[in-house]
Amino acid sequence: MGHEIVVVDYHKGNLLSVARSMSSVGAEVTISDDPRTISEAAGIILPGVGSFEDAMSYLRSSGEADAIVSSVRAGVPFLGICLGLQLPFDRGDESTTNAWGNGWVPGLGLLSGSVTRLKSDRLKVPHVGWDQLHLTAHGRECPLFVDVPEGSNVYFTHSYALSDDIDEDIVTTRTHYTRSFASSVWKDNIFGLQFHPEKSSATGLRILSNFLRFVRG
Amino acid sequence: MLTKRVIPCLDVKDGRVVKGVNFVNLVDAGDPVELATIYDREGADEVIFLDITATSDDRKTTIELASHAAAELRIPYTVGGGFRDIAGMRAMVAAGADKVSVNSAAVKNPELISLAAAAFGSQAVICAIDAKRQGKSDKWEVYLAGGRIATGIDALEWAREAARRGAGEILLTSMDRDGTKEGFDLALTRAVARAVPIPVIASGGVGTLEHFAEGIIEGEADAVLAASVFHFGIYSIRQVKEYMASQGIPVRLDF
Repeated sequence: MGHEIVVVDYHKGNLLSVARSMSSVGAEVTISDDPRTISEAAGIILPGVGSFEDAMSYLRSSGEADAIVSSVRAGVPFLGICLGLQLPFDRGDESTTNAWGNGWVPGLGLLSGSVTRLKSDRLKVPHVGWDQLHLTAHGRECPLFVDVPEGSNVYFTHSYALSDDIDEDIVTTRTHYTRSFASSVWKDNIFGLQFHPEKSSATGLRILSNFLRFVRG
Repeated sequence: MLTKRVIPCLDVKDGRVVKGVNFVNLVDAGDPVELATIYDREGADEVIFLDITATSDDRKTTIELASHAAAELRIPYTVGGGFRDIAGMRAMVAAGADKVSVNSAAVKNPELISLAAAAFGSQAVICAIDAKRQGKSDKWEVYLAGGRIATGIDALEWAREAARRGAGEILLTSMDRDGTKEGFDLALTRAVARAVPIPVIASGGVGTLEHFAEGIIEGEADAVLAASVFHFGIYSIRQVKEYMASQGIPVRLDF
């Protein structure tokens, strides 16, 4: 039996906001930690909770990572939120002491590039609060940002962001803080949002509704 | 640019919203999550639920409130009041609260802030400070129990320690101004904002639109909090934000 939207549970926090936001825009939502359920999803949402290393470790040992990667490679629409945007990339530097020794933790490897910490002497890290999305040319074409105007405010809470070694062509919005970082990306069936649409009021719901429309084709 | 925030505070007792004038003469103003949903639609940047009873019996009610809010609200929210230990805070975060605010328990055991920051991240930990001016001096003392118990602790010192221990924000209430509608204690707000490298939420005393803008411009706060002016419809959130924008303050108006 198929599932419309599966929100991937990796047991690090509360997924109710994401799930309820999706159902409020009309989706049939299942929260699941079962790789088989994830494999049957028409659309996958990977929410953002915890640290890069913890999340990757859980996703791998549970078999969720393999299920996500196979589905995404088969073309299933995927939406990563916050940490869930970061995990599809090659690597993250969330941890300095890990099994790989050099501070880098391997990600899902669906997209190329790394995730690095925001640093500033002047601005506060984590970057918490409502900040603006600046649409790129690619962003103006992105199905997720239909009816989302340039400069829209969305809610962020993060200490890490995509680095400049990612493919510039997939960047849909940029946000300027300690550095200008990619606050969202889109490549084929893969979408990622550094901010929290489920905490971004009406603008966030519009983005989630656009994702649902994309899933339904 | 990161916007300055407007935060309605909902004092909650037995699952219902109340707001005291100087913390007495409580008036019932409705269902907390329903009210918060209205504030979300009106453009509130986040909301704070403050459990003002917080005896052990009604923690279950407050956890239910946090869970209900997680399901219904589309903006971040904080639950504060009545935390005694890390387990209580963990239960609230597990129920879906984006942040927890701790006051008396942290004054009694500052380690609680360090533990909470390690467990949930600094962004999820607010240290609430109730401060009262000492005489006519520019010194403020930390008070507990809604202004009834003096601690002898200097408010600036305590704010610095809270930040050092990993608090992500300070929710600063002037006990002299709370409920007076005379405006924030701007000297207090500015002193704390300059003392710590984390955001300060100004609270206590808002009565006019000018007061909100003053809190940011003169008080140097990152966010302004109010309760009764919103609950009784004296100002809408939009009115406040439009006024702040007219004073050159970056605020979120696309809602």
